Amino acid sequence: MTALGKLLRTTAFRLTLVYLVVFALFAAFLLAYFALNTRRLITEQITSTVEAEMTGLAEQYNRGGIRLLVAVIESRARQPGSSLYLVTTSKGEGIAGNVGSLAPGVLDQPGWTETVYRRLTDPETQDEHHALVRVSTLAGGFRLLVGRDLEERERLYHIIADAGRWSVTIVIILGIIGGVFVSRRVLNRVDAITDKARVIMAGDFSGRLPVGGSGDELDRLAISLNAMLHQIEALMRGLKEVSDNVAHDLKTPLTRLRNRCEAALRTATSEAGYRATIEATIEESEGLIRTFDALLMIARAESGEARDNMADFDASEIARDVAELYEPLAEEKGLALHVDASASAPVKGNRELVSQALANLVDNAIKYAAAGRQEANGVPADIVVGAGREGDRIVLSVRDSGPGIPVADRGRVVDRFVRLEQSRSQPGSGLGLSLASAVARLHGGELRLEDNAPGLKAVIALPRADTAASA
Amino acid sequence: MRLLIIEDDRDAADYLVKAFREVGHVVEHAGDGEEGLALALDGRYDVLIVDRMLPKLDGLAVIGALRAKSIETPALILSALGQVDDRVKGLRAGGDDYLPKPYSFSELLARVEVLSRRMGGREETHYRVGDLELDRLSHRVTRGRDEILLQPREYRLLEYLMRHAGQVVTRTMLLENVWDYHFDPQTNVIDVHISRLRSKIDKGFAQPLLHTVRGAGYMIRDGAR
Repeated sequence: MTALGKLLRTTAFRLTLVYLVVFALFAAFLLAYFALNTRRLITEQITSTVEAEMTGLAEQYNRGGIRLLVAVIESRARQPGSSLYLVTTSKGEGIAGNVGSLAPGVLDQPGWTETVYRRLTDPETQDEHHALVRVSTLAGGFRLLVGRDLEERERLYHIIADAGRWSVTIVIILGIIGGVFVSRRVLNRVDAITDKARVIMAGDFSGRLPVGGSGDELDRLAISLNAMLHQIEALMRGLKEVSDNVAHDLKTPLTRLRNRCEAALRTATSEAGYRATIEATIEESEGLIRTFDALLMIARAESGEARDNMADFDASEIARDVAELYEPLAEEKGLALHVDASASAPVKGNRELVSQALANLVDNAIKYAAAGRQEANGVPADIVVGAGREGDRIVLSVRDSGPGIPVADRGRVVDRFVRLEQSRSQPGSGLGLSLASAVARLHGGELRLEDNAPGLKAVIALPRADTAASA
Repeated sequence: MRLLIIEDDRDAADYLVKAFREVGHVVEHAGDGEEGLALALDGRYDVLIVDRMLPKLDGLAVIGALRAKSIETPALILSALGQVDDRVKGLRAGGDDYLPKPYSFSELLARVEVLSRRMGGREETHYRVGDLELDRLSHRVTRGRDEILLQPREYRLLEYLMRHAGQVVTRTMLLENVWDYHFDPQTNVIDVHISRLRSKIDKGFAQPLLHTVRGAGYMIRDGAR
């Protein structure tokens, strides 16, 4: 019963019902129209035939009197499929014709009448027939009746009416069968999709909805949903990777911290020993807080929450400010830091976040260029912080001549906590590029890592603030 | 200095009360927003330290209620929410400073001491520490008879240090007030700026004025005092 109920509630079945009603009504209307018109046409035909015969007979009467009329009628009445004829005296006594009996009073009213009759030759027991007759009075007081049987007309009418009833019945039966068939097909497909969706919801994110291959609307829906599932699966995997990394990169320093404290408890004997441990512990915890803050910041930038705090600012100004902040540090490391940001570069965004992203890039450049310089032994290593326009984009760039990043690793270093082998010795959380990338994406831009030959060119490309909007 | 700490975490509050008393301040403690507001209303305190999330009455609401009654006691907001817009929200609600948790006590102490002096409202046009002088009208800096030429940022750095002469100023305070950045620049860039400034004002003089306070920050003061 529930299966039937489900079937009856499907859209396909309901649509079928609607079409069924429409088609049945249409068929009924068409046939009724046809029947009525046929009937009218036949009536008209009868009328004109009777009219013509009446005129002809009246002429015969005028020419040859009652005798000729009777003769003509007698001869016509004998022909098969003949019309109905009757000639009577003014008192109604029959003289000639093939009509045996009539409904009473028909002869008394001249003009058209529909009546029941029996032919002269018909036995009394046979049913009476219907006929359309015309009565007129001749010059000598005789009455002349001419008519035609209506049986043919009625039979045709009934045939058409029957055809109508049958066709409507067949339309309904076929329609319901078709509706059930189509609905069941659709229902089966939908049930298959629903079942699979349940499996996926239960945690099997690698599952995909079945696609029939016919390219119909259900297939298109299934394909779209599969694409969505794919995206969700990728995000879930990313999330899992991140949480694994977070667990690893937070637990490692926590373990170090704990080990150090335990070691101090076990071995330290002097106050100085404890003090050293405590100081190291505080330092380690500060690193942890820093990592944590960076993670929160990235999460925030990625969630798009910081979009509320967008304002117009000049990216060149940011480049100059950040360069100014880092210039002494670069100099201390024996690097020259230049600024190339003279033209105004309007950006709409979160100033603080963009500053931090650029600061991270500059910080990286200083760290790695300084390390690289030691290897390259005396080759002048410059860092250039730039800002400018590039088509409809504003680009903030940091170019260094450090070791750079191999092409194969450029996609990977943006991920959280990824630190290349050669950079493990440098301090840092491995989150700097992740943050820069998240900030760029928050603003609808991207972080690009390019070859500066030698060195790295890190570019934050942001959409240019709409100058038309501000004008 | 009289302090009121409004903080619902018992351990954190006990630690703060003890630590502030150790450095010689008078401290009172309230465990929820309503109690804190009631205590703060008579305005006997020099600085309020208000946790942002409090039972009964939210920290920002406490400060808002005080400001509505024209009680302008400087308030420092402590919060686990450390993001820039949360800070902006806190300052807009009437807070005077904002410190995200977890914080170090030396940072909190430095900020509280700066806040307590701010109330004096002394926006002087001339600062003097020992024989170092800074004139805010002409932007001239001299030490003894020598004029010292500073870059604009170095000037602002020195100006901030001299306005808070004799007080500890932390690296984050400098980053916030001199550079207007509220993020952590990872490497200690501030230290390099300070050492540059130090080389300009202290180099060649017997008496250093710009001191590093270990584990806390920097302080400019006349060594003779």
